[in-house]
This record gives sequence, C-alpha cells and structure tokens, in this order.
Amino acid sequence: MSEVQTSTPAEPEAAAQPPVKPIAWPLGLLGAVLVIVGSFLSWSYDGSILNDLSINLYPGGLQILAIIGALLALVLLLAERGPLTTLGSWLDATLGLRALGLGLTLYMVLVIVAITMESDGLINVNPGAYVTLVGAVLILVSSRMLPLRQLRDLSQAKLPGWVEILAISVMMAAILFGAAYALGLTDAWSFILCLLFIGTVILALFRTGVMTWFGHVAQRHKKVLTLAAFVVAFFFPFTQRGSDANMSIACQVLIFAATAMGLNIVVGLAGLLDLGYIAFLGSGAYVAAMLSESAFSTIDWHPPFLVVMLVGAGVAATLGLIIGSPTLRVSGDYLAIVTLGFGEIFRLAMFNLDGINGPLLTNGPNGIPGIPDLEIGSFNFGDEHTVAGLELGRFSNYYFLLLLLIAFVILVFARLNDSRIGRGWVAIREDEKAAEAMGVNVFGLKVLAFAIGAFLAGLAGTIKAHQDVAVSPDQYIFLESAFLLAAVVLGGMGTIAGVLLGATILKLLPEKLRFFSEYRLLLFGLLLVLMMRFRPEGLVASRRRQLEFHEEDEDLAIAVEEERLIVEEGK
Amino acid sequence: MTVTDTASTTPQASGRPVLEASGVTMRFGGLLAVNDVNLTVREGEIVGLIGPNGAGKTTFFNCLTGLYKPTSGVVRFAGTPRKPESAKRQVREADDAVAVQPLAPLTPLPPKPRAVVRAGMARTFQNIRLFANMTALENVMVGRYSRTSSGALTSVLRGPKFRKEEAATRARAQELLDFVGLGKSAEHLARNMPYGDQRRLEIARALATDPKLILLDEPTAGMNPLETKQASDLIFKIRDSGLSVVVIEHDMRFIFNLCDRVLCLVRGEALIEGTPAEVQSDPRVIEAYIGTGEDDDEDEDERPQDVADEEAP
Repeated sequence: MSEVQTSTPAEPEAAAQPPVKPIAWPLGLLGAVLVIVGSFLSWSYDGSILNDLSINLYPGGLQILAIIGALLALVLLLAERGPLTTLGSWLDATLGLRALGLGLTLYMVLVIVAITMESDGLINVNPGAYVTLVGAVLILVSSRMLPLRQLRDLSQAKLPGWVEILAISVMMAAILFGAAYALGLTDAWSFILCLLFIGTVILALFRTGVMTWFGHVAQRHKKVLTLAAFVVAFFFPFTQRGSDANMSIACQVLIFAATAMGLNIVVGLAGLLDLGYIAFLGSGAYVAAMLSESAFSTIDWHPPFLVVMLVGAGVAATLGLIIGSPTLRVSGDYLAIVTLGFGEIFRLAMFNLDGINGPLLTNGPNGIPGIPDLEIGSFNFGDEHTVAGLELGRFSNYYFLLLLLIAFVILVFARLNDSRIGRGWVAIREDEKAAEAMGVNVFGLKVLAFAIGAFLAGLAGTIKAHQDVAVSPDQYIFLESAFLLAAVVLGGMGTIAGVLLGATILKLLPEKLRFFSEYRLLLFGLLLVLMMRFRPEGLVASRRRQLEFHEEDEDLAIAVEEERLIVEEGK
Repeated sequence: MTVTDTASTTPQASGRPVLEASGVTMRFGGLLAVNDVNLTVREGEIVGLIGPNGAGKTTFFNCLTGLYKPTSGVVRFAGTPRKPESAKRQVREADDAVAVQPLAPLTPLPPKPRAVVRAGMARTFQNIRLFANMTALENVMVGRYSRTSSGALTSVLRGPKFRKEEAATRARAQELLDFVGLGKSAEHLARNMPYGDQRRLEIARALATDPKLILLDEPTAGMNPLETKQASDLIFKIRDSGLSVVVIEHDMRFIFNLCDRVLCLVRGEALIEGTPAEVQSDPRVIEAYIGTGEDDDEDEDERPQDVADEEAP
C-alpha cells in the first residue's frame, strides 16, 4: 500500500497545471468532521417539525443523511490522499467532492429555510445546523482547490465476478432502502430534502465515475441485474409494515409504468406519435368493469378474470387497428392529431353510452362503481395476508399482480426490440423510403406497433378497473395521455429503465408533493422544455436514439461504436 | 409458357429475359420525365443506363422498382412476389454466396416497392440511403426482411423456429458482407464507414433480398479510380454469381468496360440502345453529353436566350 502511496499515478501532470494549495485537503477533512459533529448537535429548537431534529447526540433522519454525506466525502478525501489512493487512481474524487460539497451546502441551506418556515422564524435554528452548514461549505471550498486528475479507463477496471455481483446487490439494496425511506416520509419538506440528498449522492456517484463502472458491470451481468431489480421490487411491500398508503401509490405507479412501456413500443420503437393512448387503457378498464360482478355492470356475462383480460386487451387492440389502419398512412403530425381526436372521442363515447344518448353500456358520467376485488382461484385480492409475520394489505396483492404484468410488458418490449420486427421498426425510423425499397412492410409494421401497444394498455386497464374499484370517463382525459407521453420522452424513448424511471418520477412526485399540485403542469412544462433543449434523448438514453438526436456529433458515433466493439469482444 | 418457347428458339448469348419494360412513361404534371422507354434485361447481363443529368434515369429506376407508378407502360418481370420461405430452405440456399432461383415466366409487376423486392428486384440509391445509425450487419439483416417470416408472436415466444431463422439471417448477412469485402466491418456503424464502404454496404443490403436483378444507381459516384476499379470487380462478381445488373453511371470508361449493352436516355427518351461500341461511337450520344453548336439549333425556343447569354460578354 505504501508503495502505491508514493507513486500516486497522475498527480505530477495535474499538479503542473494549477498551483496545488496544500491547505485544500485538511480543509476538506475539517469540513467533513464539522458536518458530522454538527449533525450530532441539535438543529432545531422545535422538536415537532421535520421528524424531530432537536435533541443533542440523537440525530434525526435528516441529520443521519447529512452524516452519510459527510462519510462519503471522507471516503473521497481519503481516496485523494491517504490509505485509499488505489481507489483514487480510478475514481475522479475531486469532481465527486465538488458535487457532494455543492449538494450538501444546498441541503443545509434548505434545511435552515425549512426550519424557519415550519416554526416561524430563523430564531428556531440551533447552532448545530450552522456548524453543519459551515462544514458543508468547507467541503465545497476545499474541493474547488483540489486538483483534477488524469484517470485510467474505467472499462478496463475488472474485478472478480462475485465483487461485481455484490456491487449490483448493494446498489439494489440501497435503492430499496432509499425508496422505502423516502416514501415513508410524510411531510413535504422532509421528502424534498431527502430527494435533494438522493440527487446529490447520485450526481456524486456519476461524477466520480462509479456509475460508469457500474454501467460496465451491468453490461456484463445483465441477467443478474434484471433479476436483482425484480427481487427488489418484490420485497418492497414487505418494507411497508402493512400500510396501504404507499402501496396504493406504488400500484398507481406500476399501472402508469406498464402503460408507458406499452406506449414506448409505439413511440420509442416504431416512432409513431400517439396522443390518445389513454383511450386504450380506458377501453380495457371499461371492458373489465362491464364484465365484472359489480351491481352496476351492464353486461350479464361474468367470465373468469383471465378471459376478461384477454377480451379487454382484444377490444383495445381492435380499437387500435380501427384507428390505426386509415391513419397510419399519413405521416407524423397528422397521426398525432388523429390520435388526439380519438382519445377525446373515446371519452365522449363513454360519456354518452348511458342508455339515453346511446345504448346502455357505461352508465355515462356516473361510470361503473362498486367493482369487486379480483378473485383468482380462491385467492381474493381484497384480503390481507400475513407472510413471515409481515402484513400485506389489499394493495400489496395488486402490486404483485401488477409486477407480473409489467414483467410481461417488459418481456414483450425487449424481445420485439431484438428481432426482425424490431429491426424493421428501426429501419422505418431511419429512412422510411429506403426501408420500403428493401422490402420492409412499412404499413404493416406500423399497424402492428399500434395494435401491440393498444393490447398491452388494455391488459393494464383490466387490472386497473378492479384496483380502482370504479371507472368513469373523467379518469381518461387528454392530460393523462400527455403525461404518458411525457414519461416516455423524459425517461428516454426506446429504453426500459428510462421509461420506468420517467413513469415513476411523473407519478410519484405529484402524489408526494400534493401542496405543489397547482403548479404541477407549469413545472412539468418547464421540465420538458429544458429536457428538449439540453438532453432530447431523455434521462436514460438509448444509444441509437442518442445518435438519431445528434446527427452531427461524430465523436459520439465513434464512442458508441467503440462501446459496441468492446461488448462484442466480451462475447 | 410462350416466353420460355421464344427464349429457347432464339438462343441469345445472354439467355432469357428477366425484365421487360415496355412503353414506360412517367409524367409529373406538365413535365414528361420518362417517355415511352423500352428495356429488356436478360439473364446474367449487365446493362448500362446513361444520359446527361435530368435525362430521367433515376425516374425510370423508380418506375421499375415501384416507388413511382408509371403513367403508362408495363413492367414485366420473371417472378412473382414470393412468400418468404421456411428457415430450413434458407439455410440450404446459403451455400452459395448469392443464391438465384430458377427463372419464372414474365409477369406484370405491381407498382409497389415491397412486391417488387419480393419478386426479386433490388436497388441501391443515387444518394446513399443506408440506415445510418445501425451497424453494417444490421443494415444487411434488414435486407433479409422480405425473405424471413417470424412475426410478433414468434418473436416474443422465441421458439426454436425463431432462433433458427435469426441465426440464419445473421449468418447470411455476414456472408454477404464478406462477399462485398466488408466482413471485418460488421459491427461498425454505417454512418462511420468510409464512403466507398457505404456504397458497397448498400449493394450488400440489396443482395440480401435474394434478387434476380439488381439496379445500381450511380455506384461509383464520387469514387477515386481505385475504388471504381473495385466497384466494377464487384459488379462482375455479382454477375458471375448469376444475377442480372442494371447500372446508371456517368463515368463512360467505367460503363463501357462493364456493360454488355447500354441504353442512352436523353430528355426522358431512349436515344439509342446497343453494345458499348455502338453507343460510344454514336454522334448523338456525344452531342447529348458534350453539346455542340448543333445542340442549340435543336431547341428553337431556347435559342435566342442561350445565344444572348453566351454572346453577351
């Protein structure tokens, strides 16, 4: 170890550029210590706000987050100079420290603002908070003075297989606990602060290059990663101690995500703009409601749920075919307008099929309430169950069912993407005329994408009807279609992880930040405009989409190609 | 039947006709882009299509391949839009680098690009139209689309049939890349490839549709002499594997070396058709390309303006 210490790889080159300030490193150390010490002191005079930050030597949740941040900073500082230098030669500790320092400072400022707002006055902020703030600022200042360094290529960093799988497990466990903790926070300020903290840590991980490395690891262990993701999702209900509040939100997120994944086939793979997609979810839900045992159901045929699912999805797919076949011959903008109109027609049709303006199918604006819980075999989804001493409520049951659904949708998406059909879709997106001249069935593939998308949305709809207990036309307004599309675009068209992330963000945040709901649309509009300007390919970019959005960027194209060649070599 | 009979009674060096376009006319509003052009392509023949810019060569190609529906005229082809064959048959065919089916009697082609491809006619484009963000291999695999059949359900279920077909498609694509000399660039993105390689990749993609006749629209445009030489070698190689080729080209040396027959189009009309030697020595061809004083005499309407323009300085 001492040998490595003396020959810190690239320090001489970096040192040649800006003069190294010897004070920087101890300053950062002092900052980290101050943050930790401050977090053990009382932050607020008022113990009833922000889950009690008022007791000395007994840190509350937000204080523990600050301590975690400081510990991360400490690790990075030690990687810079000290016993962890081996790590430091791979990771960009300085950039990570800058992100952490900035994030922690913002975090502390917001904490002080939050205490001031919640308990009427700056006077209620105790010295501990200021000590921590000073520590955070010191970390920020010291990171600005530390030199940037030349780094080794992370794609070369290969650890034994079990370490990489362990890394995946740790990452997944962190996601599980992070999600459970963040969702458990009931007051808005704590939630926002927690989000800020999570954002800071993620940014720091990206900046240090840990995420780049993790990306390579994920490439190598795709199956393990997928499995781990589903295991984490599976265990989420067990962290909720029988509470249905968060599970209800989680179910909504899953339905939204499954629907967005279906839309992703239409928008992300086939490249068709569909602004009325919610209608397919609605038709599935209405079919399930009409065929259910509800006292208000209008069709006197109550088949088992599996049949209902197929009928619902089939009806949605048929609607997709009907709307698709005449309109898919026209190009982009016209298609968007036609689908937008279709979405509205669907809503109005549901409104009018009330027995007065048309046949009695949907009870018009009243909708179909009182849909009973699902019963598959002898398993009733309304019952509570206890597994290994942990209670699972009604929504947990639906959650597991929806997890199966989303796994199915992802499977369909991934397998279609990597097949003859998927290649045809890419070809159509790239150059429709050339694709046609090469014998690709352009029209057929577009209709197929439309129908499959509608089918999957219909499936999700049948479950949604039972989970929501009621269906009514006002659940299926244009805004919902717009949000679905926003989830796909924001997350990253054509990707699985991206769309799941986008759907989670767009559904979870409004649920948790209810006080903000008046400005919700404003914020999302702003977010989308910014995204389109700075990262049109979405949060998680599909490599191909990224190339399509950056036609002129030769460096990117070469980088992508090299990445591909490395993957091929790996095989 | 009759076609087969006539072919056997007139045993020409180049064999039976693959393509027979008669009286093809394409009119865009008031513009007569192609006027009553006839073209017969025989088995294993390389036919050149020359003419000055704007003569209607590419339009004629578009009429043949169904991108345009000709205003009048018939395109008959020795083959009907075939259904994709089973995966097993493809594997067997793949023994030859470029597989050719036995010739069928001539039947009129529907003016739809997809039907044309399925019948066995493939093309490349004047301005390269590759799928730029796909790799070379994927580009060629797209070309296999019309000869494979796995649908949505098979793709999701991933049965043995799907895997066999996918493997066959991949193997065939790789084989075609080797055939055009791009075997080592399979994983490169099309947009990153050098210009000459892109041209060859486009030919490989067209070959992937198992054509009997391949139409090349200016395959050597913008190439240096060495690349041009390689291109003509490739075209000979394609011909030797049993395909017929139609080439649009401006490079006269290239076309007269390469082709068995040459058709010269001027202002949408067929000026002359014959062997390279005949066409080369025809004064009207030289005139159409280079232009002479007589050229101005021909267009009485344009003359005053032309003369005014030229003699003003």
